[in-house]
Amino acid sequence: MSATDHSIRKGEVLLAVDQVSLSFGGVKAITDVSFDIRKGEIRAIIGPNGAGKTSMLNVINGFYHPQQGRITFKGQTRSKMRPSVAASQGIARTFQNVALFKGMSTLDNIMSGRTLKMNSNFFWQCLRHGPAMAEEIRHREFVEDIIDFLEIQAIRKVPVGKLPYGLQKRVELGRALAMEPDLLLLDEPMAGMNLEEKEDMSRFIIDVNTQYGTTIALIEHDMGVVMDLSDRVVVLEYGRKLADGTPDEVKADQNVIDAYLGVAH
Amino acid sequence: MFYRETGQFKTNYADDMAVFPILQDRLGIALILAVAFVLIPLTGSNFLLSSVMIPFLVFSLASIGLNILTGYTGLISLGTGAFMGVGAYACYKLTTLFPEVNIVVWIVASGFFSSLVGVLFGLPSLRIKGFYLAVATLAAQFFLQWCFTRIPWLYNYNTSGAIEVGQRTLFGIDVTGPKASLEARYMVLLTLVTVLTWVASNLMHGRIGRSFMAVRDMDIAAELMGIDLLKTKLLAFAVSSFYAGVAGAAMMFLWYGGGEANDAFNINQSFLILFMVIIGGLGSMIGSFFGAAFISMLPTMLKFGLPALGIPLAGATAEHLTYILVGALIIFFLIVEPHGLARLWQIGKQKLRMWPFPY
Amino acid sequence: MDILFKVLIDPFLQMGAMPDLFVQTIWDGFVTGVLYALIALGFVLIFKASGVFNFAQGIMVVFAGLTLVGLYEMGLPAPLAVLVTLGVMFVLAVAIERVVLRPLVNQPDIILFMATFGITYFLIGLGELIFGGNPKQMITDQLFLPRGAIEVKMLGGFVQFQKIDIAAAVIAVVMIVALAVFFQKTRIGRALRAVADSHKAALSVGISLNQIWVIVWFTAGIVALVTGIMWGARSDVSFGLQVIALKALPVLILGGFTSVPGAIVGGLIIGIGEKLGEFYWGPLVGGGIESWLAYCIALGFLLFRPQGLFGDKIIERI
Repeated sequence: MSATDHSIRKGEVLLAVDQVSLSFGGVKAITDVSFDIRKGEIRAIIGPNGAGKTSMLNVINGFYHPQQGRITFKGQTRSKMRPSVAASQGIARTFQNVALFKGMSTLDNIMSGRTLKMNSNFFWQCLRHGPAMAEEIRHREFVEDIIDFLEIQAIRKVPVGKLPYGLQKRVELGRALAMEPDLLLLDEPMAGMNLEEKEDMSRFIIDVNTQYGTTIALIEHDMGVVMDLSDRVVVLEYGRKLADGTPDEVKADQNVIDAYLGVAH
Repeated sequence: MFYRETGQFKTNYADDMAVFPILQDRLGIALILAVAFVLIPLTGSNFLLSSVMIPFLVFSLASIGLNILTGYTGLISLGTGAFMGVGAYACYKLTTLFPEVNIVVWIVASGFFSSLVGVLFGLPSLRIKGFYLAVATLAAQFFLQWCFTRIPWLYNYNTSGAIEVGQRTLFGIDVTGPKASLEARYMVLLTLVTVLTWVASNLMHGRIGRSFMAVRDMDIAAELMGIDLLKTKLLAFAVSSFYAGVAGAAMMFLWYGGGEANDAFNINQSFLILFMVIIGGLGSMIGSFFGAAFISMLPTMLKFGLPALGIPLAGATAEHLTYILVGALIIFFLIVEPHGLARLWQIGKQKLRMWPFPY
Repeated sequence: MDILFKVLIDPFLQMGAMPDLFVQTIWDGFVTGVLYALIALGFVLIFKASGVFNFAQGIMVVFAGLTLVGLYEMGLPAPLAVLVTLGVMFVLAVAIERVVLRPLVNQPDIILFMATFGITYFLIGLGELIFGGNPKQMITDQLFLPRGAIEVKMLGGFVQFQKIDIAAAVIAVVMIVALAVFFQKTRIGRALRAVADSHKAALSVGISLNQIWVIVWFTAGIVALVTGIMWGARSDVSFGLQVIALKALPVLILGGFTSVPGAIVGGLIIGIGEKLGEFYWGPLVGGGIESWLAYCIALGFLLFRPQGLFGDKIIERI
């Protein structure tokens, strides 16, 4: 993608992180970081290990509560929020270490992503007839579309604990997609994958972005992938923001080069 | 050869989502139900009904309850015995206060009282996990057991301090009390178990079951997907205690025909039901039945089986040997198949499917 | 209002009115607490080293005591009986490691937990089969343990200290110090702590898990024997103790599953709290609250500090 593409696709601000600081006891994980994510873009968060990237995602979807700062999502500002509320507002995510429901099949895992969209009452659930069954079938159809999209038809009924790592990552993406999120957070979606699997995953990410119009924020260590995929990149180091801009801008930034290549003091 | 799904194509999602998608399984269930509903009451001896089938069914119900909590939701409880007790005492109070209402209605309704108490003691589960929660449920066990013996109102100020089961009828036939026939009690119990198993299976196959299992497998991820942990855990406690409560009421009214809390609803009962769930298979409906059958029939089998093998048993020695054997068998089964009898059953089915090829 | 007075004020007035009785209750609670702490200690040892929630610890206490008395009754002199009992506990440790732990290594915690239930049942059956189910008298004199009581005049009354209770407290302290030294200063102690942190890492630096487990279960067996003697001397030796042994569980909740100081402090809190509760508040509700008070204290405590008395604040990661 060329630089001109990026500027075209920038929409309104979907999520803004404003001067967020987070610490555990005496350890500062994030210090005074601000950036925004715009509608429809692919936003990368990069940085060395321990830079506070995952903590940042945890703050965004309400798992960690920052001591300072505000998060604005879809125009609503909040400082504290329960993760389940963040989910109901349209934030979905995948995890660095695959966090699938190991005892359940691929199908059930992805179906569980539909939980928030299902609302048939307890009585019908007990009978598994009428509205409950109709709802179940409706959502099964939606989930089957995702299964087709991710090309995992063959492992539909396999317990995910038995799947190889690359497929688990794919199922996890499927589960997040099933939530029909407005903002999809991907925490190292390609960690531990070989080249072919990375290419597949990149293709899925781009397709999700273009077909469904989902805004994506991703953490990734593979610079090639980051530079190719993302519209804008934010760089963190030791919990602080180092740089923010298009891939080309970031690549040229002296601070970033120093952080990644080391600098003679 | 006979157990194969080849050629059974599903053309819509409803068929594919059926609890028993394979024709042979459906036939098997139909056969089991036919035997249970027709053959056993018609031909079964009193011994079979009173010492084998009725205890088995009561324990199955309790196992399903605990399995929903421990196997499906991953919350260990050592208070099942007490929750059963709540059901039994609720049923006793209800049927003495409103004797004109049918006893079966009260047996089921008493489950809701047990649910309430279960939710109350489930509240800490949001903050406490794993074994810590198990110990917390011991608080329920001992506190409730204390209530059963110290609050005379619960047992209607009987001098015996025990539940006394009165005579109640259904369609003009005695189903509880001294005059109720074994067959009548068995049929009522069997109907209850069948219906409630069906309901539990429905729940576990749908949205609610999935959120239970999500909480069990990875509670943080479940929460980040919008599953409210507290609500889900409390619902699990409610459903589980409901089953335990009904099982307790059924135990008192359809099996024991009266008795005292410290015998029926003590800590050993809680452990026994946990054994059933684990030996049967965590997170498996059919496992609950396997476990209940195994543990509830084991003492009976030893009592009558060992003398038949030529090992003479005096009363006390038999009891001690039973303890040793139960202990050894528990360890044996955990080593052979930690996932329980249900897993063995699955492996067996898989072998049948492949037969005559080894794999 | 009356009920509030009875719950909130009256018990304290009673304590003030008869301070000697109050001290007596505290002392009783203290001794009970020491014994709870000893059971909890055996539990903590095993949990630290093998991650097994050892439900059988309470039964091991009874089993050890029963074996000791049983052997004495069979005609062995008391010191020899102690030695043979230690031998039995060692064989038990080896057997548990071989038959139960080794085949179940790497299984989920709950499976190992259930396996210790199996051990519990097995030991109950075995103990009763060999030594009979009747309660037995602990051989206090033969083990040179003191009898009788010291009466101390204080606070306008008399407080009774049973000599055996004082001995129990002293022996408990000695044993805890010895264990602490063993853990901190010896090579095996270091290996134990390594295993406690990570089985895999310990294996990779050449520590034999099997050997460590035998040592730990044997140590827990020794603790069980001491506890069994002390407890047996206060009441008698029978499997009725097992329900009381469950009280070690709330102690563990208070102290945390892996903390030795936690087990001790937790034991004392539970022991004293329970006796005070039963003596001053119990009569208000008809007594017998000892059976559940400990669990409720622990439960209430957990709601405010889920990590236990000495645990660090839990940071959840994902």
